[in-house]
Amino acid sequence: MGLHVDDHSNYNVLSRIATSDGHGENSSYFDGWKAYDNDPFHPIDNPKGVIQMGLAENQLCLDLTHQWIKQNPQASICTGEGVSEFKDVANFQDYHGLPDFRKAIARFMGKARGGGAMFDPERIVMSGGATGAQENIAFCLANPGEAFLIPTPYYPGFDRDFRWRTGVQLLPIQCHSFNNFKITEPALVTAYQTAQRSNITVKGILVTNPSNPLGTTLDRETLRTLVSFANEKRIHLVCDEIFSGTVFDRPTYVSVSEIVEEEPYYDRDLIHIVYSLSKDLGVPGFRVGVIYSYNDAVVSCARKMSSFGLVSTQTQHLLASMLGDDDFTTKFLAESRRRLSRRHKVFTAALHRVGIKCLESNAGLFCWMNLKHLLNEATVEAELELWRVIIKEVKLNMSPGSSFHCSEPGWFRVCFANMDDNTMETALKRIRTFVDRGNDTTAAQAKKKKKWSDGSLRLSLPRRIEELSIMTPRLISPHSPLVRAAT
Amino acid sequence: MAKKGVPLSEMATSDTHGEDSAYFAGWKAYDEDPYDAASNPSGVIQMGLAENQVSFDLLEDYLEQHPQEFGWGCGTSSFRENALFQDYHGLKSFRRAVALFMEQIRGGRTQFDPEQIVLTAGATAANELLSFILADPGDGLLIPTPYYPGFDRDLRWRTGVNIVPVHCNSSNGFRITLRALEDACAGAETMKVRVKALLLTNPSNPLGTAITRPVLEEILDFVARKDIHLISDEIYSGSVFSSDEFVSMAEVVEARGHEERDRVHIVYSLSKDLGLPGYRAGTIYSYNNEVVTTARRMSSFTLVSSQTQKMLASMLSDKEFTENYLRTNRERLKKRYEFVVEGLSNAGIRCLQGNAGLFCWMNLGELLEEPTVEGELSLWNLILHEAKLNISPGSSCHCLEAGWFRVCFANMSQQTLEVALMRMKDFTEKMKAKQMISSM
Repeated sequence: MGLHVDDHSNYNVLSRIATSDGHGENSSYFDGWKAYDNDPFHPIDNPKGVIQMGLAENQLCLDLTHQWIKQNPQASICTGEGVSEFKDVANFQDYHGLPDFRKAIARFMGKARGGGAMFDPERIVMSGGATGAQENIAFCLANPGEAFLIPTPYYPGFDRDFRWRTGVQLLPIQCHSFNNFKITEPALVTAYQTAQRSNITVKGILVTNPSNPLGTTLDRETLRTLVSFANEKRIHLVCDEIFSGTVFDRPTYVSVSEIVEEEPYYDRDLIHIVYSLSKDLGVPGFRVGVIYSYNDAVVSCARKMSSFGLVSTQTQHLLASMLGDDDFTTKFLAESRRRLSRRHKVFTAALHRVGIKCLESNAGLFCWMNLKHLLNEATVEAELELWRVIIKEVKLNMSPGSSFHCSEPGWFRVCFANMDDNTMETALKRIRTFVDRGNDTTAAQAKKKKKWSDGSLRLSLPRRIEELSIMTPRLISPHSPLVRAAT
Repeated sequence: MAKKGVPLSEMATSDTHGEDSAYFAGWKAYDEDPYDAASNPSGVIQMGLAENQVSFDLLEDYLEQHPQEFGWGCGTSSFRENALFQDYHGLKSFRRAVALFMEQIRGGRTQFDPEQIVLTAGATAANELLSFILADPGDGLLIPTPYYPGFDRDLRWRTGVNIVPVHCNSSNGFRITLRALEDACAGAETMKVRVKALLLTNPSNPLGTAITRPVLEEILDFVARKDIHLISDEIYSGSVFSSDEFVSMAEVVEARGHEERDRVHIVYSLSKDLGLPGYRAGTIYSYNNEVVTTARRMSSFTLVSSQTQKMLASMLSDKEFTENYLRTNRERLKKRYEFVVEGLSNAGIRCLQGNAGLFCWMNLGELLEEPTVEGELSLWNLILHEAKLNISPGSSCHCLEAGWFRVCFANMSQQTLEVALMRMKDFTEKMKAKQMISSM
């Protein structure tokens, strides 16, 4: 694509980056969103619509944030109490960010991680959400064609964020269910050597801790393995800790920052953290991304690049105040964890009752659900076929594991924190009905291997994922189901 | 660089970020010794920052009279909806408000469709996005000189795209000529650089002039002939002193029945006209649907805070407010400009005749020891350290003629401006006296 053979039709062809599909929107991860957009659930207006369980948003504690804002009008520059700050705030465009904002973020980062590590405000670099942070750090650390190793399964957005405009590659470190998808040293070594054999320069490793989509946290031993490997190979380690404040159960969360502080003989110039308020605080609309690097040169470079994605000072000002309120943040984090824990328990218990097991998890806004027993065959095609059925017949959008590059078919990520209790109940009911029907069908057709392609479960979705995009002329991007419900 | 560490990318270690230029060196000097009427009256006065601070009171008054209760109205659902909103289409109400505002700036002479608006965190991001979309690494963007120094970073750093300067000079008031455009193209061809677009800033930074209709028509013909794109950065469109002196590229496109529109893209932002650089509210307006689609996807890296979108949507939807604001803002800028030009004239300094923007394009050629970049930078340094004024040397704007300087006048109070002009006068008198003595 993008070959300019005829110079006279120059302008019709945009750049290679523009015409590639590096934007990633053709993945099945987004196809489910398109299906949802076409037929969104609403308890009153569209009770039979698709319930969005493919969006990892944290909507459980927005009432707490809103309450704080109501009680603190001086933090908003458009209230009578706050307008005196308007001019200075509106005029401030220094890419270092408002000093109070950086201080508050550093403090919040420490608290979100359970107080195990301290963060220096001087190392905080802003970005346009974690999306912007990931791209920024990729630009800083790697040249086009170079690669980062990444454990599977991983968040599909990384394919765009880390690779699209940067030209950097992501190479998988294969993880498997037999050991709960743990990242092992042999797997690391294999991935690294595979890259070497293909003459690809590996510049670093990208991990997400807590993991999306697994919902598990890395143990100390694994973190040390990663840091040690990075040191040995002289490569960078980028830890996306965007879900660090959503750890609701044991084991206790260990941030890579703790390893850095505990193990001074490791080169801290290799360690970089990506963070954001989108998940922990539930404010994705505010676009607050952070790069935190222990490497001065990276801080300097990333800061210059942050010019392309600064946080609105209006938002910085508000959050500086909110996150500077120690009382509030302590209560918020505790309550958020409590609500997530409860939601997680209710959800996984209900799934368990109908014979669906999830990977044991202690963090995140989702479950990693095992539906292998429902597949015709252990293939990606079968997984996608099941996924189509779930969207079409069960009217739930969950994300198929293949879109996360999972090495084993049959896993699905299902989000549980982006809806209210009633919607969740409805979703669970649908799952129960679906499983019961499947059991009946199985009993009736005990000899037949194909479970889902006959009779009343005729598929009317297009066979190819790509065709779904024709059904949805509108472009997609994250829509919260509750946003839809409210409008 | 990393001490014992692993190399960073080539991009990280290059200096294409541009911060080593004189443009930014002056800012550093200011940061270290900033003027304050009370606490540091002999500090450096910042005249190198093109900000608009003359109309803040209008915005403050508006907010005081229309307190948006806590910014989100009373209901939790309104806050919740807004906090969760990360759709890269942007809030419809905000896009509508921006489209409306852009139409008002152009006196209703054009129409902007909110569906063609892409939101980005500032014009910085908008320009970079277009560079990524319209050109491949190694390709070229034609840019008339002198131009905003930030373009060297915004358009080239992470994109790998080249800037091909279209040289303009004072013989015709720095007007962009067909000859200059053709010469630049020929030069690019020799260097085997494939030109993909022309980027205009209209009104011009640093010249402070609005491009006339005949020149715009000529430019549109040129890009059509060369089959390239046209980016019109109209970030200062609301700062033209008389609204009927501004002709937007949108008007030219519409007048032609939308022929050639697929190659035209307009960049705008609220940073200059509204004086809100901190809010990072930039936009790309493109008539080309493929560009809109791609730009929207890319804007994921640089969205506008939903909180800010919502507040600005309210403010900019208030037609009475915006009409009054635009009119008052223009009047104040015009007054400032005339005041500065007169003050400089009293110091024996001529400026290019301007009709827009937040700055003057001033000629100090007579004070140069030698008509070279070195001479210019030497003078600039003197002005910075003796007159304690940070102004921007023309060479940092890629001006081929030595001796031109950009002087910003809207980012300070009237009193500070008076002090600055007095210092300039003292300085030039001293310099001229020195010149007279040394020539005797």
